[in-house]
Amino acid sequence: MRTAIWRGRLAGGMILLLLAGGCRKEIPMIRSEADYVTMPTSPERIEGFFLVNEGNMGSNKCTIDHFDARTGGYCRNIYPERNPGVVKELGDVGNDIGIHGDRLYVVVNCSNLVEVMDVHTAEHIGSLSIPNCRYIVFDGDRAYVSSYAGPVQIDPEARPGKVVEIDLDRLAITREVVVGYQPEEMVITGGRLYVANSGGYRYPNYDRTVSVVDLATFEVVNTIDVAINLHRMELDRFGRIYVSSRGDYYGTGSDIYVIDSKSEQVIGRLGIAASEMCLDDDRLYTISTEWSYTTQSNEISYAVYDTAEERILSRSFITDGTDERITLPYGLAVNPETKEIYVCDATNYVTPGYLYCFTPEGRFKWRVRTGDIPAHIAFSEEPFY
Amino acid sequence: MFDRLIRLFVWSAAVCAGVAAPAHAEGRLDSLQHVEEVVVTGRLVRREIIPVQELAGEELHRLGAHNVADALRYFSGVQIKDYGGVGGLKTVNIRSMGTNHVGVFYDGIELGNAQNGTVDLGRFSLDNMEAVTLYNGQKSAVFQPAKDFGSSGSIYLQTRTPHFDEGETHHLRATFRTGSFGVVNPALLWEQRLSERVSGSFSGEYLRSSGRYRFTYRMQEGYDTTAVRRNGDLDAVRVEGGLFGRVEQGYWRAKAYFYHSNRGYPGAVVRNKFSHEDRQWDTNFFTQGSFKKDFRPWYSLLVQGKYAYDYLHYLSDPSLDESTMYTDNRYRQQEIYLTAANRFVPFPWWELSLSADWQYNRLDADLRDFVYPRRQTMLAAAATALRFDRVELQASLLGTWVHDLTRGEVMSDKRKLTPAVFLTWRPFGEEEGFNLRAFYKRIFRMPTLNDLYYTFIGNVHLEPEFTTQYDVGATYARTFRHTWLRRLELQADVYYNEVENKIVATPTSNFFRWTMVNLGQVEIRGLDVAVQTDWLVGRDLTLAARLNYTYQRAQDFTDPSSEFYGGQIPYIPWHSGSAALNAVWRRWELSYSFLYTGERYSSSANIPYNYQLPWYTSDLSLARSWRLGRGGLKTTLEVNNLLDQQYEVVACYPMPGINFKFIVQYEF
Repeated sequence: MRTAIWRGRLAGGMILLLLAGGCRKEIPMIRSEADYVTMPTSPERIEGFFLVNEGNMGSNKCTIDHFDARTGGYCRNIYPERNPGVVKELGDVGNDIGIHGDRLYVVVNCSNLVEVMDVHTAEHIGSLSIPNCRYIVFDGDRAYVSSYAGPVQIDPEARPGKVVEIDLDRLAITREVVVGYQPEEMVITGGRLYVANSGGYRYPNYDRTVSVVDLATFEVVNTIDVAINLHRMELDRFGRIYVSSRGDYYGTGSDIYVIDSKSEQVIGRLGIAASEMCLDDDRLYTISTEWSYTTQSNEISYAVYDTAEERILSRSFITDGTDERITLPYGLAVNPETKEIYVCDATNYVTPGYLYCFTPEGRFKWRVRTGDIPAHIAFSEEPFY
Repeated sequence: MFDRLIRLFVWSAAVCAGVAAPAHAEGRLDSLQHVEEVVVTGRLVRREIIPVQELAGEELHRLGAHNVADALRYFSGVQIKDYGGVGGLKTVNIRSMGTNHVGVFYDGIELGNAQNGTVDLGRFSLDNMEAVTLYNGQKSAVFQPAKDFGSSGSIYLQTRTPHFDEGETHHLRATFRTGSFGVVNPALLWEQRLSERVSGSFSGEYLRSSGRYRFTYRMQEGYDTTAVRRNGDLDAVRVEGGLFGRVEQGYWRAKAYFYHSNRGYPGAVVRNKFSHEDRQWDTNFFTQGSFKKDFRPWYSLLVQGKYAYDYLHYLSDPSLDESTMYTDNRYRQQEIYLTAANRFVPFPWWELSLSADWQYNRLDADLRDFVYPRRQTMLAAAATALRFDRVELQASLLGTWVHDLTRGEVMSDKRKLTPAVFLTWRPFGEEEGFNLRAFYKRIFRMPTLNDLYYTFIGNVHLEPEFTTQYDVGATYARTFRHTWLRRLELQADVYYNEVENKIVATPTSNFFRWTMVNLGQVEIRGLDVAVQTDWLVGRDLTLAARLNYTYQRAQDFTDPSSEFYGGQIPYIPWHSGSAALNAVWRRWELSYSFLYTGERYSSSANIPYNYQLPWYTSDLSLARSWRLGRGGLKTTLEVNNLLDQQYEVVACYPMPGINFKFIVQYEF
């Protein structure tokens, strides 16, 4: 008899526990957060910008933030609440952002896709799967995306990259061309696409070339030998291409090389180490971060080069000492209208970073918290609702 | 703590249930490992000077645990990082000090991993496991190798030791497990008496699992998606053999262990990429031996030795997953370990111990620019124990000397001296069952060979990472004769830990290039509570209940200028706990267990974006045993995650929902 009672109590207790267990909440919706960081302005052209936070690999924490120049408001992580139906939000490791027409494009590297959104609302329009995609450039109704994932060769370590052409109207891949190893940034001029090959997977046999792709035939028509481990690219109004070499992080340092796009020859180097590069009018802004084992810290410099006068204007474009506060500069942009300079600080990579805004003279204006690893900025001429 | 009683109880329960156990209670307790610690007296409760938790015997096997890591979830003060599935990585973190600070000992000798300093506890089977014991600080014995003093917290895995009654010559246990995830898991244990003083045991196991399970992500006001977890397959074989001998006033034993596995890396579930194709092959082999003898009433000697070989092959093949980089690396580790410990007992109340260890590690890998590190470690420990009527004291001092040799840059030699003091006080004498205890321990972990020498990432300028622990606690144990409640045990500890010079990865010039630095600073304030009760209702129904609760505030104090200074460190919940209930009635056995992990954050930035929902799972198992010929047959049905809760322990690594296991075991 007693045992029966006990068994009853035990069963009752278990049912209670089961009921308690059944009430677990759904995963909460991730809301955007707004901060007012500066005074409202009335811009003529640049309405604001979008910023991509890369997020760490495997964390699915790529996010986009938006800054509205009219309100001075900075809105963090706008994507999930505007696209609640998109499974696993924006994705894993953002690597590039671009605006073309009235669409916003984000290249999400480890999610192997290019996300296409409405530039006014950041609402999902479509996406294109491209394995290991890196950067995006636009030309008319086409976009070109660099990808590490070219055809697999007999020697798996010698796998070239490719550039993929996208028809923006149909959101479909039209053509592909095999380029060098682990291609990174691209520029387009004179009907040709120039892509910087890093060979980053092939240490110590880095690639050292820029592949030249004719856009009509979509074939590699030239390969320019430059320097090891190429990464960033900018094109000035004189048809000169600035391409950064990351060096090998040991003996060979970083530098910026200049290619004349008409002769397709290397015509010089700037003697500026650069991990980030941004061209605005005739000014090439650069940031260099190099790890020093002696001091156990990063040594950082902020240089500006004048592409018309062909000389270094400054070795430190931050003039008020605010650079002391920046732990790890990871992204760089200059507002084409206001000439304000934006520097992203990735801090320790595992907590949210910061975006710093400086006046054109390099004085601190405002700072705002971003997502994890803020890195890439695209200025928008369209209003955002 | 109470393992002796637990085992007695469990064993008697098993006998009540008609299970043909291999030996009688005293025999099982008299395992060689425990000869020293469990001095058989009339006392039932082991007086432990150090906070200890143990799962042993039947109790260990009732938890619906697949492996050692699953069992450790029932201890307080412990966090398991589980990447999901049968083959997924499972690591343990004691009192939030970090995985690298946990020493894992297999039959008395530490399992090393000089390469990355962590042991995947998901790989260790419970099939032939007799006890899993967790000590905060160190094992509460002074007579032990120097290495046993060398971790912030230690887990001892004790496999079954043969014991034969009069007339018995062998034991056999054959088990077959199957169920969800395509699990096929036959296991065999054979024990043979070889002579009056020598016996042998053989244990073998094969485990195969598809690793597939459904998981769901359901967002509030958003998407609801269900998919199948892939590439979590596992194919593993384990073979173990041992010889156990007795000598006058002592024992010797030798064992060999072999494990081979082929597994997929399930990987993170992220947008547009729900599965991965990379694989890993492991081969682990070790052989070890021990000899212990009391030469004089006042002098004992313990000698142990080990050789270990670990091979790891990792392959990421772009022809299977075109988005990945081709990686095909092989790592080979070897370890040689020797130790001698001496005990002197000048007076019955005073014990002294001196021990010295030597260890050699080498790591070879086919990485480019690899520096082929070799490490020599010398350890020396002096320890003493004083035992009085109401007070016991233990103190130890450990000296460590580490010397590395590489083909490139090398870490400078490290010499460290670290102390530990343990104190217990019985204010009301022994009969009342009430103990107060306290300890202080300072210890470090060496930078691993990966931290120091991994191509690109390694940093030879690293210093050891130190922990300092302060603990105050109380235990209360009572047994009752004529009530339903037969036994009540309580233990509670509050503690404060510091981790200094924490070795963390930090980014350098770009995403491709990280390095290791001594940067972190963590402070942990915690409370561990454990309650255990045993009940006897009528003549046939025995009940056991075990409850654990942990509170932890583990804060990151690395960078005072950071907005997130003082944030709770990643994946440490403020509240967590477990409950395990067990009822045995005649030949039936019913177990229910519940695990709870409270809210936590995936980053020390404790912002809503990094918030992780609490999770809690219920497991139920029902077993019935039969007599069959000379032996006994037992069948068990387990239902785990009864409510089919969809949860993640680590973000982007979904865990299985409801799953089943069926076990048949024959033993004589």
